[in-house]
Amino acid sequence: MRVGLFVTCLADLMRPSIGLAALKLLEQTGCEVVVPSTQTCCGQPGYNAGERGAAQALARKLVAEFSDCDYVVVPSGSCSGMIKTHYAELLADIPDIKAKAEWLAARTWELTDFLVNVAGLDDIDARFDGTVTYHDSCAGLREMGVKSQPRELLSKVAGLTIREMEGAEQCCGFGGTFAVKYGDISARLADLKCEDVEKTSADALVLGDLGCMLNIEGKLRRRGNSHTKVLHVAEVLAGMTGDEIE
Amino acid sequence: MEITSARFKKVASQKLADPKVQAALANAKGRFVVARARAIKDLDNFEEIRQAAADVRDHCLANLDQYLEEWERKATAAGTIVHWVESAAEMTRVVLEIARSNEVRKVIKSKSMLGEETGMNEYLERGGIDVRETDLGEYIIQQANEHPSHIIAPATHKSKDDIADLFAQKHQRPRLDDITKLTHEAREILRPHFLDADMGITGANFLVAETGSTMIVTNEGNGRMTTTMPRVHVAISSIEKCIPTLEDVSLIMRLLARSATGQSISNYISMTTGPRRQGDSDGPEQFHVIIVDIGRTRVLGSDLRPALRCIRCGACMNHCPVYQNIGGHAYGWVYPGPIGSVLTPAYVGLEKALDLPNAATMCNQCGVACPVKIPLPDLMRKLREKQTQLKLSPASQRAGMGAWAWLASRPFLYGLATKVAVRLGKLAGGKESMLHRLPFAGREWTRGRDLPAPRGRTFREIYAARKKN
Repeated sequence: MRVGLFVTCLADLMRPSIGLAALKLLEQTGCEVVVPSTQTCCGQPGYNAGERGAAQALARKLVAEFSDCDYVVVPSGSCSGMIKTHYAELLADIPDIKAKAEWLAARTWELTDFLVNVAGLDDIDARFDGTVTYHDSCAGLREMGVKSQPRELLSKVAGLTIREMEGAEQCCGFGGTFAVKYGDISARLADLKCEDVEKTSADALVLGDLGCMLNIEGKLRRRGNSHTKVLHVAEVLAGMTGDEIE
Repeated sequence: MEITSARFKKVASQKLADPKVQAALANAKGRFVVARARAIKDLDNFEEIRQAAADVRDHCLANLDQYLEEWERKATAAGTIVHWVESAAEMTRVVLEIARSNEVRKVIKSKSMLGEETGMNEYLERGGIDVRETDLGEYIIQQANEHPSHIIAPATHKSKDDIADLFAQKHQRPRLDDITKLTHEAREILRPHFLDADMGITGANFLVAETGSTMIVTNEGNGRMTTTMPRVHVAISSIEKCIPTLEDVSLIMRLLARSATGQSISNYISMTTGPRRQGDSDGPEQFHVIIVDIGRTRVLGSDLRPALRCIRCGACMNHCPVYQNIGGHAYGWVYPGPIGSVLTPAYVGLEKALDLPNAATMCNQCGVACPVKIPLPDLMRKLREKQTQLKLSPASQRAGMGAWAWLASRPFLYGLATKVAVRLGKLAGGKESMLHRLPFAGREWTRGRDLPAPRGRTFREIYAARKKN
């Protein structure tokens, strides 16, 4: 089966190791993995800012780029949720594209969900010596139903122990442009998330969305916490948690 | 009520910095969320009930004219005097006319958000009528001369100490610091007002079409006294509260208290069908119901219609991370939290509440808690789209998003631009790879936190280089 990897613009720009880790994991499943070279952004920033036209342009582009894939896999609950739960509505007034968008939405998966429920990845070839706590990102949890999948995979990583935090499902306050429009509120929510993370004394916070990562890591460092690692679940599962990959 | 939603950002920041408000909010947050979670576990088919309730509400809204007419027929037959009004000003005038024609000096009131919307208390007081709020939370708010910060727990932003100070000052009695004693004192003060009030005013949780009844859901018993003791009872309700049958009411009542306070059912459900009949032991001599529109038909005919399903439980605000941390006052009108962020612009005008639909992270903690499945983030997004269409959104945002879409639609240029950007970003991040101060819109970000710096190369670059080798 032909799997298209949508890296997401945020991972492309801010943390390419997430894309490389996702690629490695998908290759481990034995799928044929394609990475369309023209991919950029799914259009979510414009969509949530009420800029429908801007969002439609990027959504149409993505639909075309992945039209020859059996699956689209995304290392982000938020961007996969955008394609899966919002594209059909966003492109509803463009009849010929709407059908393609619906077709694509039905084939779009968040990475860990795909690894567990489609590819059936059993062996995790990675080691992490320490305790981790997992933050459920809003769109991953509430749009894509991602909850047990990352935990199931993480539990197979050698040396790794999961210690749940209180309020794992509570929003970290990122919210895309919300973070730069309502900085005080956003930073407060991040602060509360950091408290929950620190209470677990975990060595690392692991999550599946880069937006939340940047927000929570930025807040941890501002609080003076330089020891809690913040890692994407794909990085942990692929054994790419150091700086060596770049 | 005056609309102060334009000051959202400023008031929100003040509330975040106010330790007293923060302590009161932290206390309320756990209580409501935990209680609801426990209560819905009692139902083995919660999701099915939720869907059924959403369907019932949609059905009512789609056939509202028919059910309202049915309700009026039944209500009139039972002796209820029905008034239809369009605006807030009209409503308060009708209430005052009823009061004057019955020589009313004192009114006791059970909680009503519609009363808040229309500024009814102030209007009646200016007309020389003594108005007493009798719900404990509303009583506190009235004494403090404030507005509710929550639709079911109006004084939730106040601590026990705030209330102890307030009562000592207003009641001119020794300060009490025990909640039970404070409640008893309020009850003692309120009791004579119940006995000598000439008129009772209540809102209505629902209008039941098949019986022509109004219905209120309360916990304190003050509502029951307000509907039965004074010689005149006026109920005010907006049109969307109409529900076809008692069977439908029982369905929705399985969700309302559970979603609101975590109770399986409220302490009181009062149904009023007409005034006192011959042989009745209590009840008013006259029963008026004022049915108001105030913007509802406009919303009914718009893509925001699902917001009218609302049964006023407050679960959306209880579960909203933003509301949990700033409380209700920043929203600047009657309905705070996610439902307020939709209803306020819908009722009072988008231009008066520009922040509200934007001040949400789109986490959908509200949408999954809503007992009638109102897609609150989707409705907020529709309002954001309207702001863009009407050029009410910041010009910088429209330009920025336009530029982003333009660039991201041109992969080659995008590749070049991002290559440069991530290199500059890496440089700026220094040894620790962290950005502490960003310019422009980024200032909002770095005021309260750092931003991890880019790594210096994009994924696309690394991947392309690998493909070559």
